[in-house]
Amino acid sequence: MNTISIILFIVGAAFDLFGCIGLLRLPDVYNKLQSATKSVTLGTCSILLGLFIHYGFTAVGLKALIAIPILFFTSTVAAHALVRGSYLFGVKLWDKSVIDDYKKVVQISTEGKEVEK
Amino acid sequence: MRYLTLFIIMFLLWMLITLNLALSNIIVGLVAALITALVFGSQFKLNWKKFYNPLRYIWLLIYIIVFVWECIKANFDVAFRVLSPKMPIKPGIVKVRTKLKTSFARVILANSITMTPGTITVDVIDDDLFIHWIYVSSKDSKIYTKKIIGRFEKLLKRIFE
Repeated sequence: MNTISIILFIVGAAFDLFGCIGLLRLPDVYNKLQSATKSVTLGTCSILLGLFIHYGFTAVGLKALIAIPILFFTSTVAAHALVRGSYLFGVKLWDKSVIDDYKKVVQISTEGKEVEK
Repeated sequence: MRYLTLFIIMFLLWMLITLNLALSNIIVGLVAALITALVFGSQFKLNWKKFYNPLRYIWLLIYIIVFVWECIKANFDVAFRVLSPKMPIKPGIVKVRTKLKTSFARVILANSITMTPGTITVDVIDDDLFIHWIYVSSKDSKIYTKKIIGRFEKLLKRIFE
């Protein structure tokens, strides 16, 4: 059991590290957010799972287990809000981005508001 | 019945978080759950009958397994893109149409997409999800719809609808 939890800790730390490297290397806000918020999934969740396996069904272990769904909801909402906010604020996509379907919708909705005024 | 469902959920959550079977703790939990259920019961818009169907929990377990597997795959994929010197990324925002109808199922779908590395849900307008994707592998909407939400959607339909 101990070895499994240690392996999970190492995997988690490694993926958190990859997330940080991605945060530095990737080009624009959106791609940086991809890596910043997502290292949580395998990184932090596997650290928490390792904690659970280490402590078993005790108060600490179960709290670590409950933290996973809470992280699932909070970090996704944060990522979503940051992406949407920065897009509507006018932060541009990277030059080499391939496709942008969202642009049309935003333009239509903002034009519609102007007409209403 | 709606109030009772919320009460049961809150009480279970309380017991899981505190994990203490002393009588005083249980009484505090009951009172706290009762107050929460009375105050927020009217805001509890989910269909309570769905909570008592055991089949949905089995599908939920299957969904968690599928989701974790997809996550691990995507995590390695993104880690590879970040670490390789050339950085093979092709970012873009794509539009994906979902068949899910209830808002709770859509929330879980959008959260699952955001939680899977490489994709973030930017916005949900009507039936369309706008997804920022770190590597847009094809421009055919059918192919990428299947790739991003295909597996999740079927299971979520069974769980929540």
